[in-house]
Amino acid sequence: MSNEVSATGDCAPSETSAERPVVVRDLAVSYGDVTVVEGVDLTLESGSLVGLIGPNGAGKTTVLRAIQGITQRDAGSIRLAGDALETLSARAVGRRVASIPQETGLSFAFTVREVVEMGRTPHRGRFEGPNASDVDAVDSALARTGTAGFAERPITELSGGERGRVLLARALAQETPALLCDEPTASLDVNHAVETMDLLRRLVDDGRAAIAAIHDLEMAARYCDRVVVLANGRVRAAGPPDTVLGADIVHEAFDAEAFVGRAPATNSPTVTAYPPTDVTSHRVHVAGVGLGTARVVARLGAAGHDLSVGVVPDGDAAALVAADVGAAIVSVPPFAGVDEQARAAALDHVQRAAVVVAVTDGSGTVPVALRERADVVVDPTDPPTDEALLARVAAVSGSDT
Amino acid sequence: MRVRRRATLWSLALSVALALTITVSAGIGPVRIPPATVVRIVANAVVIPAGVEFGTAGVGPFALPRLGVAYRSPFAFPVDDVHRRIVVLVRLPRILLAALVGFALAAAGTVMQGFFRNPMADPSIIGVSSGAAAGAVAFIVSPIALAGTLWVPGIGAVDVGLSHGAGVSLFAFVGALVAAFGVYAIATRRGRTPVATLLLAGVAVQTFLGAVISYLQLQAGESLRRIVAWLMGHLSGASWSEVLIVGLAVPPLFLILLAYTRDLNVMLLGEAEARGLGVDVERTKRVLLAASALVTAAGVAFAGVVGFVGLVVPHVLRLVVGPDHRVLLPTAALAGGTFLVAADTIARAGATELPVGVVTAAVGAPFFVYLLSRREVYEL
Repeated sequence: MSNEVSATGDCAPSETSAERPVVVRDLAVSYGDVTVVEGVDLTLESGSLVGLIGPNGAGKTTVLRAIQGITQRDAGSIRLAGDALETLSARAVGRRVASIPQETGLSFAFTVREVVEMGRTPHRGRFEGPNASDVDAVDSALARTGTAGFAERPITELSGGERGRVLLARALAQETPALLCDEPTASLDVNHAVETMDLLRRLVDDGRAAIAAIHDLEMAARYCDRVVVLANGRVRAAGPPDTVLGADIVHEAFDAEAFVGRAPATNSPTVTAYPPTDVTSHRVHVAGVGLGTARVVARLGAAGHDLSVGVVPDGDAAALVAADVGAAIVSVPPFAGVDEQARAAALDHVQRAAVVVAVTDGSGTVPVALRERADVVVDPTDPPTDEALLARVAAVSGSDT
Repeated sequence: MRVRRRATLWSLALSVALALTITVSAGIGPVRIPPATVVRIVANAVVIPAGVEFGTAGVGPFALPRLGVAYRSPFAFPVDDVHRRIVVLVRLPRILLAALVGFALAAAGTVMQGFFRNPMADPSIIGVSSGAAAGAVAFIVSPIALAGTLWVPGIGAVDVGLSHGAGVSLFAFVGALVAAFGVYAIATRRGRTPVATLLLAGVAVQTFLGAVISYLQLQAGESLRRIVAWLMGHLSGASWSEVLIVGLAVPPLFLILLAYTRDLNVMLLGEAEARGLGVDVERTKRVLLAASALVTAAGVAFAGVVGFVGLVVPHVLRLVVGPDHRVLLPTAALAGGTFLVAADTIARAGATELPVGVVTAAVGAPFFVYLLSRREVYEL
């Protein structure tokens, strides 16, 4: 059911097992009678960061817990570095995958160093003191996560962001080929969220593998090599974020209307979600330029209208957004002025549209050609709410039919 | 290693405190004996191997060469023989039993509080104390006699069986283990024992056994006094054989708990996190539960339900030494021993002897309240 089962199939050859720290096939988990996830395939390769995205309750955390053997699975196979999960002891699992929980249950005043030392549990014998490699692992984990500065402070005195980094340090001290992160940025401010993802990215670039259940789609798009979209316990899509993160997938998985564009600063997908509406799709033409028009185009496109836009200059905000929503665009080179051909093309769209929306230039002027035809006029200096905009479009199309 | 050094230093300090408390306690009673005399008496009782002696064992044709170890006492301080008898035969067994029981209860309480991540947890939480009480009460009210005379051919009449006190202890011990195992069995489904279920199963079993005990008390008639005394906890009439049994049972179990202190620290994170750190959570829970149940059962079987030691002492020590079980477990156990010796000394020092459970509660509760008001208790 997933489109990411590789050609090598289920049985990874042993020489590649080291490059595939986690292989999940056809995973099914249920709690009582409720099936939480079903038919989930997931392959984690060394040097790759996979984002597990999906709405709340989609089963992201369940998948992560099943990989560690914390949650019993009903069906499917899980292989950690080539070995079936059920053949591995808890210690062996702890040497292959480390998890970074959202929050730790620890409310005792252990020092940061002691907490990070707990990451060495799967490597130490019951009666052994820490050896040189334990000390090295803890020191380097503290250094890499920037937690060495408060290594001797009790974890109970740290801020949420600092605690998050300590949990990451603990996972690093486990020295596992794979990291499982459950919402690594959920409780962090934007600065620490980016820092954490950046660190994760660097760890992966150094050869580890990581799966991050993450609900920030833009963060996922920006940092992950691949994203796996879970919805209702099934994989809806999987692949590079550029190809997977489309408005249709977001709409289907999250039950939200979405505009998916590209963030100019990072050139990675940016997702703007809107509450779902019950809009009947119509042909809608939007005339206007600039951000005010872009906003109208994004919202109408997310609602599912069949859009045409024009005339706009190439590279205008409205033109970029129109391209992202897949609208038909009539454009002209910047500063070239509207030629006859463009005017004719735009008028053709206007003729065929059920609704024509004109966005004024701020002075309240509607282009002459559209004065007669504009059904909805939007003033960008005093824009209607999304809800009002959609209602006005719906009212016009309703009166036509 | 820092933790080990801290554990060793604290344990040494508390061992000294325990030894001092025992020495002082042995001198307190209707007959006052100076601590120096107590030390001399104990020193006199010390024997060391002095050499090997040869002899024969058996008689007539069955005689076999026998190899034995000769002992000698290195010390021979002049002491009053009455004092010697009071200390060695009356006071020391009771004091040492108190030390061992306090040690056992505090150790089990520490483990249970960490295990359940619940500040109200104590050794009785998995039904051990209720089970012990039900067993003991059942034996006290029932007409069972575990003694009799056997006719052994060739030897003649031999008295076999258990004394009344030993019978109570045996029934209490068995009752404790049956109850603990029952709680565990109720809470376990498909090889998993969720801690919350265990807690609730413990409450259910305790409530049920409480009803049984109440009913038995109604039927007890003349034995009611003995029942009440047992239920409040008592150490009077302790014998060296009891000390020996508890003294042999508790240390190995304590070593098992000590071996799991690092896992117990990790378990404080919660089961999912512990599992993620490579701890076999279910097996660790079974080991900790079994060892704590046995330790507690060994304690309460001989001393009755001594409350509060297992609850308060771990809290107090957590305030002092911190939450790391590698330091907390040995120190709490030693402090528990010291506390119970001191409490029992108070219990027997007055004109009429009090049940030690009354003293531990009466002294422990206000002290605990004082600590709570002074310092923020670590959340569990």
